[in-house]
Amino acid sequence: MKKFVILGAGTAGTIMANKLAGVLSRDDWSITVVDRDETHHYQPGYLFIPFGIYSPRDVVKPRRDYLPRGIEVVMAGIDVIEPEQNRVRLQGGRVLGYDFLIIATGARPVPAQTEGMLGDRWHKDVFDFYTLEGATALARRLKHWEGGRLVVNIVEMPIKCPVAPLEFSFLADWFFTDRGLRDKVEIEYVTPLPGAFTKPKASALLGDFLDKKRIKLAAEFATGSVDQGAKKIVSWDGREIGYDILVTVPTNMGDEAIARSGFGDELNFIPTDKHTLRSKVKDNIFVLGDATDLPASKAGSVAHFQADILFENILDAIDDRPPGAKFDGHANCFIESGFNKGLLIDFNYETEPLPGKFPLPGVGPFSLLEETKMNHYGKMMFRWVYWNLLLRGAELPIEAEMTMAGKRR
Amino acid sequence: MPTRTIANKSIDVDAEGFMTNYKDWDLEVAKVLATEEGIAALNDRHLIVLNFMRKEFETKGDGPSIRKLTKESGVPTKELYELFPGGPAKKAAKIAGIKKPHGCI
Ligand SMILES: Cc1cc2nc3c(=O)[nH]c(=O)nc-3n(C[C@H](O)[C@H](O)[C@H](O)COP(=O)(O)OP(=O)(O)OC[C@H]3O[C@@H](n4cnc5c(N)ncnc54)[C@H](O)[C@@H]3O)c2cc1C
Repeated sequence: MKKFVILGAGTAGTIMANKLAGVLSRDDWSITVVDRDETHHYQPGYLFIPFGIYSPRDVVKPRRDYLPRGIEVVMAGIDVIEPEQNRVRLQGGRVLGYDFLIIATGARPVPAQTEGMLGDRWHKDVFDFYTLEGATALARRLKHWEGGRLVVNIVEMPIKCPVAPLEFSFLADWFFTDRGLRDKVEIEYVTPLPGAFTKPKASALLGDFLDKKRIKLAAEFATGSVDQGAKKIVSWDGREIGYDILVTVPTNMGDEAIARSGFGDELNFIPTDKHTLRSKVKDNIFVLGDATDLPASKAGSVAHFQADILFENILDAIDDRPPGAKFDGHANCFIESGFNKGLLIDFNYETEPLPGKFPLPGVGPFSLLEETKMNHYGKMMFRWVYWNLLLRGAELPIEAEMTMAGKRR
Repeated sequence: MPTRTIANKSIDVDAEGFMTNYKDWDLEVAKVLATEEGIAALNDRHLIVLNFMRKEFETKGDGPSIRKLTKESGVPTKELYELFPGGPAKKAAKIAGIKKPHGCI
């Protein structure tokens, strides 16, 4: 009996468990999935919670409901991975040996990385919306807020879903307009990047959106500390920006278990071959989703595309063949822009987001790099797609490999 | 690809002025590049950073992030910003004669 172990049953781990359970014979293989708790969170839904559009009920479901039958599910913290011994030690003492290991432990915000962030006013004036607790605390605060300076801040790149803080800013503009408060709210977007986004064409377009929505942009601001008493953030080179409410995306890091295992980079991300998704740690370890150190976006859509590639490569590895499929860095992100509209971007390692129609060239129904109502419906539909198709490893009408069809340079 | 003459050497740079062959670099070249970036004189601390950047580029094919610089070169983040005002990772890469770091996505 050979053993397959998957660490993390979030987006990526759940997809892989479903795909593998469909093909690995139970006579020859056991599949074990490990996660620390019983609930699966639809993280893209956190974005809508501060504005009262979603409630926690909409984004939290029992993890086991999305995992296949006939596999072992272990609810325990991962203590340390020991590649040389081909085993994983769990908290509580259990040890799991494996023939193949997939690490899908994701990324999480670590506010403690920034001096002053976790002071008395944490989740009172200073919020994150990358956790359910942060997003719900912020919802309570925004509900009764009467106006002032709202600062939206990215501490440090990379972060998962790099468009989420922009979407948050656009939705805030809509939310306060809707409440008749927009003239009393100043919104400033503070980023370490040179502009609104990482890729030049999309950055210019999204920069124009910020202007149009009267959101001020402070670029190249590398946040060094938060002064909760004086209500300001201070950059490493001494610039200061005051706030009444700070909505921050703290430093994102891979899990502590990766640091304990001794093979993570300076942010606990795992060195991974950017095409085959095989770890650089050992040949029988593969990495999927936000846990990798790939120069690709950390997003659920990316985890889904990667899973298609990794699935093929794992079947190769099982047959003792070199991995044949190559991940191209494909990412596909809806960007909610407020007032029931949205944008869509589609890109990979080599090609930046371009305008056009998607997924059917010339037809759509979605428009790339353009603000439409249909793109907003796409974003809202994504929640259903996530729970019902994506996690189950079902085929979506989007290829893992990016296509140029329907795009204009 | 533009070619420039820096410290009497002929050197290829990209559109943003990053050297495309790090082997053409020497301390004299670094001094000129530093002045162009508004750094009048290079001290020991600058050199620790520049040498770390070059070593990292040689082994990894890319410049380090600021976080990695801080962690492994022993120069604290705040000092990095003092040494290379306005963006240590990019500025130090330029002066160190390596390609523009891929940085973040
Ligand atoms: C606010 C927000 C908005 C987003 N919007 C979008 C969007 O619109 N579109 C999109 O595509 N993506 C979006 N994302 C990103 C998306 O949610 C992630 O990229 C995706 O969930 C990554 O999947 P993953 O499996 O790699 O990590 P996760 O889904 O985070 O799963 C990691 C799992 O590993 C477990 N784990 C980690 N360490 C341990 C340990 N030591 N012991 C036991 N278990 C452990 C965790 O409990 C978790 O269940 C958004 C994210 C956020 C935060």
